[in-house]
Amino acid sequence: MAEYVPILVFLFVAIVLPLVLIGVAALIRPHRPDPVKLSPYECGIEPVTDARGRQSVHYYIIAVLFVIFDVETVFLFPWAVRYKVLGLFGLVEMGIFLLILVAAYVYCWKKGALQWV
Amino acid sequence: MGLIEDRFHPNILVTSADKVFNWARRSALWPMTFGLACCAIEMMAAGASRFDMDRFGAGIFRATPRQADLLIVSGSVTEKMAPIIRRLYDQIPDPKWVISMGICSTAGGPFPTYSHVQGVDRVVPVDVYVPGCPPRPEALLYGLLVLQDKIDRMTIAKRTARAQ
Repeated sequence: MAEYVPILVFLFVAIVLPLVLIGVAALIRPHRPDPVKLSPYECGIEPVTDARGRQSVHYYIIAVLFVIFDVETVFLFPWAVRYKVLGLFGLVEMGIFLLILVAAYVYCWKKGALQWV
Repeated sequence: MGLIEDRFHPNILVTSADKVFNWARRSALWPMTFGLACCAIEMMAAGASRFDMDRFGAGIFRATPRQADLLIVSGSVTEKMAPIIRRLYDQIPDPKWVISMGICSTAGGPFPTYSHVQGVDRVVPVDVYVPGCPPRPEALLYGLLVLQDKIDRMTIAKRTARAQ
């Protein structure tokens, strides 16, 4: 039981210290809010629309395709680094892997996933 | 307005508090990441390891005005940029300071044209002007030291009492 006392002390400090610091800061700091200061930071440009706008769902498909072919590249790198060790076996394996992905790519293309409507 | 600011006459407690506040404020001036033109290159050099603005506590360039308290106007201010600078200045929480870096932002410099604001002090209040075209990093550091001296003279005492 006694070995848990430091955790309690830590918890106490973790809760009390921020409260004290934020409280003291709130008491002594200058506080002059105005509408411009409270408006969202947009690099100095006046915000024009609500941030919760509607996006085209097509971005989602593009993102998924990107992830697939990004991961493909990730798999290519270690193979390229150890190319001489893996030899012909690695080359054929990688060829099969790429063939499968190319088939998927052709499928996506035919389905019109890359078409921007 | 805070609880203690602009409330008491200058007495020994107020001046001691001033010392602490001013020390804290001048020792942790966080500039905003805001470069306008070629002076910004010198500003970056001043912030980097060779000149190391962090020696004076001003090396942490914040990417948002919410966390900054120093605006270094580094370069020519165009008419199009002026309202943006004003808005950024407005979004910095109090207390805040402005350094006008270089002759362009100080007085228009070599651009007395229709598109150019003839001095950023027409848009925001400026605390320190650093001359040069562009000023060397040392000059900006000196401007920073001058600003720190200015911060050292701040007080939380009553505004009416300050004049006496």
